[in-house]
Amino acid sequence: MKFVDEFRDPELGRALSGEILSLVEPGRHYKLMEVCGGHTHSIYKYGVDDLLPANVELVHGPGCPVCVIPMGRVDDGIALAHEEGVIFTCFGDMMRVPGSQGSLLEAKAAGADIRMVYSPLDALRIAKQNPDQEVIFFAIGFETTAPSTALTLKRARAEAVPNFSVMCSHVTIVPPLRALLESPDLRLDGFIGPGHVSTVVGARPFEFIPADYGKPIAIAGFEPLDILQAIVMILRQLAEGRCEVENQYTRVVPYEGNLRALEVMAEVFELRPHFEWRGLGFISHSGLKLSEAYADLDAERRFDVPGVRVADPKACQCGEVLKGVIKPWECKVFGTACTPERPIGTCMVSSEGACAAYYNYGRFAREREVV
Amino acid sequence: MSNPATVSEREQRILGIIETARGKRAKFRDSHITMAHGAGGKATQTLIEGLFVPAFASATLGAMADAGTVEIDGIELALTTDSYVVKPLRFPGGSIGELAVNGTVNDLAVSGARPLALSLSLVLEEGLSAEDLRAEVQAIADTARVAGVEIIAGDTKVVERGHADGMYVCTTGIGRRDPRATLSPSALRPGDRILLSGSIGEHGTAIMLARNEFELDASIESDTCSLWPAVDALLDTVGPDLRCLRDATRGGVASVLNELARASSVAMIVREGDVPVHPAVAGAAEILGIDPMYVANEGKLVAFVAPESAEQALRALRNVDGCEQAAEIGEVRTTPPGMVLVQTSFGGRRVMDQLVGDPLPRIC
Repeated sequence: MKFVDEFRDPELGRALSGEILSLVEPGRHYKLMEVCGGHTHSIYKYGVDDLLPANVELVHGPGCPVCVIPMGRVDDGIALAHEEGVIFTCFGDMMRVPGSQGSLLEAKAAGADIRMVYSPLDALRIAKQNPDQEVIFFAIGFETTAPSTALTLKRARAEAVPNFSVMCSHVTIVPPLRALLESPDLRLDGFIGPGHVSTVVGARPFEFIPADYGKPIAIAGFEPLDILQAIVMILRQLAEGRCEVENQYTRVVPYEGNLRALEVMAEVFELRPHFEWRGLGFISHSGLKLSEAYADLDAERRFDVPGVRVADPKACQCGEVLKGVIKPWECKVFGTACTPERPIGTCMVSSEGACAAYYNYGRFAREREVV
Repeated sequence: MSNPATVSEREQRILGIIETARGKRAKFRDSHITMAHGAGGKATQTLIEGLFVPAFASATLGAMADAGTVEIDGIELALTTDSYVVKPLRFPGGSIGELAVNGTVNDLAVSGARPLALSLSLVLEEGLSAEDLRAEVQAIADTARVAGVEIIAGDTKVVERGHADGMYVCTTGIGRRDPRATLSPSALRPGDRILLSGSIGEHGTAIMLARNEFELDASIESDTCSLWPAVDALLDTVGPDLRCLRDATRGGVASVLNELARASSVAMIVREGDVPVHPAVAGAAEILGIDPMYVANEGKLVAFVAPESAEQALRALRNVDGCEQAAEIGEVRTTPPGMVLVQTSFGGRRVMDQLVGDPLPRIC
């Protein structure tokens, strides 16, 4: 594929892999966190970690938007979906995420009218086609998807679609990163910064990472060469004793971000005082809700939402796994109470979460150490 | 921090617990049927292994092949059955009628049985146009003729409008086990080569595009066809060196490989760059974020062949009409047992796992 294969050239990959090898100090262990679930996916899909020396370890961060949605929030969504006359719409990967009483997929099988959409505009279209029913869009994601929800809400307002509303579970990227960095037992050497979030927010919001916490970060694209190059940039900073925000993804990410998108978001959303993250607990100012101007399109106001709060089991140690303090198998509930079939924490929810990956592929990882 | 010896012991013990849990027969615990139970992945497997097989307690069913076997006076007959619920009824490269014949013929063929005859059951929705029905009946007749099978029994039911989507088709096929075939899902040996009869992902992609949900435009046709000529050529050329065959339908090539890696307790390594994929399929998969290895085919088989006969088998395959792009895509290894690994074109390795969930329902 033209314009794609160029970013997946194995020759260039080997060259970057050699450069990485030349940058690491023997005997030093490097832990780099890729913040974004999209990076985790690429790393897994192309086998990028296979091209890294054994002492460079990638830690999967909190940036998988479906995995961080807490059980109570899923339960609330399911409760809305079961309301009489409601068509509940959401992205496909949200359907499998378990709440305390099962997933949206199971609620659909039990009779709720739940439909998978590819964009919030599809949900609005369903609302226009079904004027006798209430259509709710379960909005999730970081700053990457929030602007499209915002634009859809603006359009719903402009076209006066009376039966459309949004259950807003959008989150922002900086607070969870700050929460991770705040913890005294953090064992990370640097960050691969989120590419698509940065197309919206820009590189500026990440300046606090080197400035306040002394960790280098390189914002990266999603092709395997992008990721390897970002790792080179981080390791070079560490080798040269520099610490700054670098932008590997300059072909898409401007330093100031997308001002238009930020403006729309500011109009439609406001920060919640706090929002619960699966595995990380409550984080201040980390979630978005609809602003007063759009309150009438807020499903949480239009309907009676139970506001279920399901505490993460105390034994769950996702936070420590994310911070790189413990390995998945060191968690008290790993492999026993918490399995991919019945996940407790965020790291086990998505197949790309650190715990699920270890559960499924632990044997392979050991194999690789031997080879 | 605990000392390294204890740490590795504990890790070992936890891997052991996981291993034991995985080794147990899957239990069917869900409270309702979801679309995932029909997707050919993990949930389907739970349903089959956790509900059907124990309930019917038949050794031949327990073998989990594409067709079961009955022996009558020394003659081995293979029996298989399948229902077709594809939406839309017609799509580029085929229709529900063609699928209903080829799908069942192929389940017989990859079991090493020469397809002989089919039964045909139709569930029709009130209001279906006679023209549509006539077209499908004609398609069934034509496809059966090409595949060399007779339709020898049938049934028709009509349900109220809204209770079936146009029409559903069920076919049952009977075939005669070929004496040249010694196929078994547990026959794989380390070193065996994995052959693929052609490019992958065309059926699933064609259906996806025909539904027009993505507003993508590409000329991709379903690959629906009978696989008996390919099976016949393989049996003829390498006979007993052919270990096992599967047609890579729902869940794609990835699901077939995973199923057999588990059944034979072997590992497999697939070279991604050697897997033939039509550029339009690769493009659509890229845009939709789908891996073509998990996309359904309706006319592609995966063959496991002893290493010394692999080249010969590949040549024989490539001489079959429609299999010109056949390729050797990987081989069977010893460890880690039950796992399928991919050597990516980029140069890394990864695990190619069983399908979880359903990327696209009602494709066949």
